[in-house]
Amino acid sequence: MAKYLSIVERAYHGTLEEQDDTILWISHMVKKAGPDVTVLLRANAVNYAVAGQDASGLTFGKAALSVPPTLDRDVEELIKAGVAVCVVREDLADRGIESGELVGGVTPIGRREVAGLFDQHDQVWHW
Amino acid sequence: MSNKTLTLALMDPPYESANSTTAFRLIAAALQKGINVNVFAYEGAVALPLRTQVPHPNPIKGTTAEEQHHPITSAFISALFEAAAASGAKLDWVNCGMCVDERGATEWVDGVRRGGPGDFAKFARESTNTVVIGTR
Repeated sequence: MAKYLSIVERAYHGTLEEQDDTILWISHMVKKAGPDVTVLLRANAVNYAVAGQDASGLTFGKAALSVPPTLDRDVEELIKAGVAVCVVREDLADRGIESGELVGGVTPIGRREVAGLFDQHDQVWHW
Repeated sequence: MSNKTLTLALMDPPYESANSTTAFRLIAAALQKGINVNVFAYEGAVALPLRTQVPHPNPIKGTTAEEQHHPITSAFISALFEAAAASGAKLDWVNCGMCVDERGATEWVDGVRRGGPGDFAKFARESTNTVVIGTR
């Protein structure tokens, strides 16, 4: 079984319009197509794993975004689907995020472990 | 002809960054060597092969569109399909269908087909390697 590592770095880019993150989404879809997929959240994207996000309330005049993105729940759904989700520990610390603030099932790894994670996969997709 | 296949995943729309140009150069070089190429165009990249693109003039320079030879990405993609035919390599370009629908970006040059993430997964599985060129 092929194993792919999907690295998400750029965060909250078009997530309101898309109602999700496009790379979390396609990683989930690729997993459903068969291969093993791991997602590595780094840089600002580590915040996707913080529990309790609320992006509701956006309106432009009478137009409302009635279904806002729920990135934390999307991460949880990825994990439920069998996608391993890792976050870079130092990137969490740089942003003042404690590991206890993350949704369950996310695996913090150190920057020094990232190269080893690359070695465990057939292809690395750094979006 | 090589038995190698290269897959590229592209995300950038035309005229926003040099990423598309880089991708086209990689595709052209691979095809020239007889390497088969798969392209999965995701999000804004589905606009790259739009057949409704038209060259425009440059009012600053006072040049017409013809004089300016203003480039359009769909013409580059048609040329890549021609290069594939000439080299005997295969170019398979898939536009993500949902990305197409949300943009109304439905009219493409010949050779481009509609697909989805399942095609990307298949491409990756069947390729020598995959190059992801994401939006930055």
